[in-house]
Amino acid sequence: MSVYGLTYKGIDQVKGPLVIMRGVPGAAYEEVVRIYSEDGREWFGQVLEAGRDKVVIQVLGDTEGLDSNAMVKFTGSTLKIPVSDEMLGRVFNGAGEPIDGGPKIRADDYRDINGAPINPAKRDYPDEFIETGISAIDGMLSLVRGQKLPIFSESGLPHNEVAAQVARQAVVPGKAERFSIVFAAVGLKYDDVLFFRRQFEEFGALSRSVLFLNLANDPVIERITTPRVALTAAEYLAFDLGMDVLVIITDMTNYCEALRELSSAREEVPSRKGYPGYMYSDLASIYERAGRIIGRSGSITFMPILTMPGGDLTHPIPDLTGYITEGQIFLDLDLHNRGIYPPINVLPSLSRLMKDGIGPGKTREDHKEVSDQLYAAYSQGTKARELVQIVGEAGLSPREKLYLEFARRFEREFVAQGFRERRSIEETLDIAWDILSILPEAELTRISEKTLNKFHPKRRIAAQAEGE
Amino acid sequence: MSELVYEGKGVIVHIKGPVVEAEGMRGAKIREVVYVGEERLIGEIVRIEGDKAIIQVYEPTGGVKAGEPVERTGEPLSAELGPGLLGQVLDGLGRPLEVIAEKAGGPFITRGIKAPTLPRDKKWQWTPLVKPGDDVVAGDVLGTVPEGSVTHKIMLPPTIEKARVIEVLPEGDYTIEEPVVVVEHIGGKEEVKMYHKWPVRTPRPFREKLAPVELLVTGQRVIDTFFPIVKGGTSAVPGGFGTGKTVTLHQISKWADADVVVYVGCGERGNEMTDLLHTFPKLVDPKSGRPLLERSVLIANTSNMPVPAREASIFMGITYAEYYRDMGLHVVLTADSTSRWAEALRELSSRLEEIPSERGYPAYLPDYIASFYERAGRIKVQGRRDELGSVAVIGAVSPSGGDLNEPVTQHTMRYVGAFWALDKDLAFKRHFPSINWLRSFSKYTGGLKEWWIKNTGHDMMAYRDKAMALLQRASSLEEVARVVGEAALSDENRLVLLSAELIKEGFLVQNAYHEVDTYCSPKKQALLLKTLLEFYDRARPMIDAGVPVSRIAEMRSLGLLRRLKFVPEEEFENAVKEAIAQLEAEISSLLAEVR
Ligand SMILES: Nc1ncnc2c1ncn2[C@@H]1O[C@H](COP(=O)(O)OP(=O)(O)OP(=O)(O)O)[C@@H](O)[C@H]1O
Ligand SMILES: Nc1ncnc2c1ncn2[C@@H]1O[C@H](COP(=O)(O)OP(=O)(O)OP(=O)(O)O)[C@@H](O)[C@H]1O
Ligand SMILES: [Mg+2]
Ligand SMILES: [Mg+2]
Repeated sequence: MSVYGLTYKGIDQVKGPLVIMRGVPGAAYEEVVRIYSEDGREWFGQVLEAGRDKVVIQVLGDTEGLDSNAMVKFTGSTLKIPVSDEMLGRVFNGAGEPIDGGPKIRADDYRDINGAPINPAKRDYPDEFIETGISAIDGMLSLVRGQKLPIFSESGLPHNEVAAQVARQAVVPGKAERFSIVFAAVGLKYDDVLFFRRQFEEFGALSRSVLFLNLANDPVIERITTPRVALTAAEYLAFDLGMDVLVIITDMTNYCEALRELSSAREEVPSRKGYPGYMYSDLASIYERAGRIIGRSGSITFMPILTMPGGDLTHPIPDLTGYITEGQIFLDLDLHNRGIYPPINVLPSLSRLMKDGIGPGKTREDHKEVSDQLYAAYSQGTKARELVQIVGEAGLSPREKLYLEFARRFEREFVAQGFRERRSIEETLDIAWDILSILPEAELTRISEKTLNKFHPKRRIAAQAEGE
Repeated sequence: MSELVYEGKGVIVHIKGPVVEAEGMRGAKIREVVYVGEERLIGEIVRIEGDKAIIQVYEPTGGVKAGEPVERTGEPLSAELGPGLLGQVLDGLGRPLEVIAEKAGGPFITRGIKAPTLPRDKKWQWTPLVKPGDDVVAGDVLGTVPEGSVTHKIMLPPTIEKARVIEVLPEGDYTIEEPVVVVEHIGGKEEVKMYHKWPVRTPRPFREKLAPVELLVTGQRVIDTFFPIVKGGTSAVPGGFGTGKTVTLHQISKWADADVVVYVGCGERGNEMTDLLHTFPKLVDPKSGRPLLERSVLIANTSNMPVPAREASIFMGITYAEYYRDMGLHVVLTADSTSRWAEALRELSSRLEEIPSERGYPAYLPDYIASFYERAGRIKVQGRRDELGSVAVIGAVSPSGGDLNEPVTQHTMRYVGAFWALDKDLAFKRHFPSINWLRSFSKYTGGLKEWWIKNTGHDMMAYRDKAMALLQRASSLEEVARVVGEAALSDENRLVLLSAELIKEGFLVQNAYHEVDTYCSPKKQALLLKTLLEFYDRARPMIDAGVPVSRIAEMRSLGLLRRLKFVPEEEFENAVKEAIAQLEAEISSLLAEVR
């Protein structure tokens, strides 16, 4: 009773991106359909509800021009894209079709863009440090191979620069191979896309990258498929071809807005701020595709970028993202306005997988304690800074003044660095000690005696003096 | 899952996501398990309308068509209970993930896989405890087998009220499919195997529920001392993302003095399960000396796995917990996160087009939450033995936007005995566990005074009250300091702040990743808190004597006190003595200076 391969003429209703048909009893849930209008235009769609009496199809692309005389062809298959190593160096649209004027790619396989969940028992735990050369990240938010770590930003902040700098500089120490890059633009302006392209070109990464572009003026509905198509390509490169893939998707906020639009077209009960109640699970089905797998050499390290509407961390988009990803890198408007690049505010930032990626044999034995101490001290410093607003600097106790100075130097010397500056993890930690040493030792409660003896600049000088 | 298939198949008429409608289902029962479509996807009937059944399908339904069949099983969703649970990693329906991987032939989860929970070919070393002719009642122990770190009791299942033993297999190695005992009852003869099935949505019976009174030692200072949970108690851990819910649950699963731990990862990250799978085999249970994994059952239904199975996973987990409780064991169940479970319920409810209540959750949300926490408790087990067992339940709650004023948190709060409110500001400062001491509570503290005196020789609950009073005083002083600056406070008040800071840094902050700090025994907790409280008492007279607080803050002994927690248990008493001696010396010299 399957309608596979069958073509029907005539549709009953078009409602926004939804097409409703009656009397197509054998349509399969989620199968892909092609719709042709009389004037020869073509649409892609997917079955959203498969009933004996009624079939609801969600159409990708603008439904303008669709009328009741259209022909609908059922393909019997879910949405799949061809994959092979020929994807490298190419540019595709959000549906996975080449848009760089080049030929179609060879298909070694066709993969469902929704992928399948990785069996948790077959995941390999991500614990290899990636040196990005950015102190705030390496020192306090260490990224590991196979992690999903988003950038939470606001419009006007240099999130593109930060992501590009990571893409340019990231290496797994001791590994010769560089990361391949899968880049997906979701509802982006052409300028932004151009920026990334130039960057990739400049550091010679174009031949090991794959670009998926859905621009601001491309169909909104394709924003839903773009991240999925990109991750399908990434999975193939990582888990079939054994590459270390860095996936950058920007802007996930546009994705979520497309999801909201679709949900409201389907007349679903909205959750907070009109976003659908299943947005958590939907985002998880994207973000959880990052990782490593036992017995496979490649990995997917995922750095999505999202702009927080109104800079609000509790907005459903950053909120649900934070509940799924393994931390976040938070860009701060205030730091940006004070001329700090990269404007990473470490306090609301977090890397959950840092603990197993650092330490002796990986970075340095003092790494964890130094990081903990920087957090604690910087948070004291910001508290002192707030106080200055109220009582003035004169009203501060000597201890508070010291922390104020600490925060200032921390931002200027540790966080701030050049767009082209690459610091090794040793350099990063040494800068940290330099700044920490302005505090009395009794304040360094997160650092053990042993570590103090070995790394505290004053003790090292004292030890040297004794030796002489 | 039974393979027994009822005559007369139904036919699918509509598919919309995980909700499938089928006709020709007359006689089907609500909550009956069915197999949906050509691929026989696992589903459960959630509504019946005439001969139509509405089915919630636990696997992705892509590609399923109207006209495909629906098979009935006649059974509700059930858990397999018997030896072989410990050490397993299961999905939300009780299928071992390793077996799924084998059958799927790869690391990705595919559909339609049937895999029984318990291994069928493994042999267990059976020691019978009954003989032919014995009369037995439900819950009586028929024999035992060693399993992981426990002695697994094979009991007469609750479904057989009473019977007479007529055959018993002699001591030896058997699989769970071999009938180790045959009994006779009113209904006739019945074979009893080492395992049986139990419907997960039905609580297992017991003789009597008792008030929980014994501390569940978690080794986490702020929990054991300030907001304790007891064996058989309940607790909720609400907090925004990154505030430390998962780490708290992991810590409890590792360190709690329980016999069995059931960890339900419900709608959370894959790597968090992997983390447990990496650490549990390496950690040793101090009680049994065996790897922690051998006392644990892990359920992993991660956020990218089918949503409806999330809903089932919690009931699956609590049924396993009750089963081990029935053996007279102390069990802890942790669930991360109950919010994802409630959201699965909301999603289903909305697909069924039920009338939404607050924030889209169905009106029965409170009953639903209660039905889970109510299954915790300390009980007298079934059968003719005087044994107590317990299930403690600890659930993470993930409120949207971190705002505790939302239905899942609010309803949960009504049913739990302890509430550990995690605080984003504390987490940003890396004050972990980020349990906010002003907004958290435990209803169990009253009953624990004796426990602490008996087990540590310290009246810990008195220390607790004293420390709490100090923290509260400090918190109102901080309010003032925020306006006028700390420098404007009197030295006396600044000493209060300094002493409270010492309690926070030296006691409340506990680093889960520090070799020593990760676990703190009750004895060490008591001595540590007592010592830190002494600081204020000893420093107070110095203020009256005119020693400036800034000099007190510079004392080297303060640094020693702050780091006492890092001293291993064996060296701890000595370290305390040294710190106190140093403190006394510094105090005398400061006093001498002002005189
Ligand atoms: N006791 C602790 N000691 C040290 N670090 C901790 C502790 N608790 C939490 N953390 C830190 O906080 C991070 C976040 O904790 P966790 O993953 O438990 O948050 P969560 O509340 O479960 O967040 P989500 O809701 O997103 O799952 C950890 O990765 C760790 O870095
Ligand atoms: N299915 C749903 N999933 C998630 N959130 C929902 C859902 N339905 C409604 N909400 C959200 O819950 C909030 C309150 O919804 P609703 O009006 O139904 O409840 P209420 O208790 O009457 O609250 P209010 O007083 O705000 O009207 C709104 O933000 C709404 O968008
Ligand atoms: Mg968590
Ligand atoms: Mg209302």
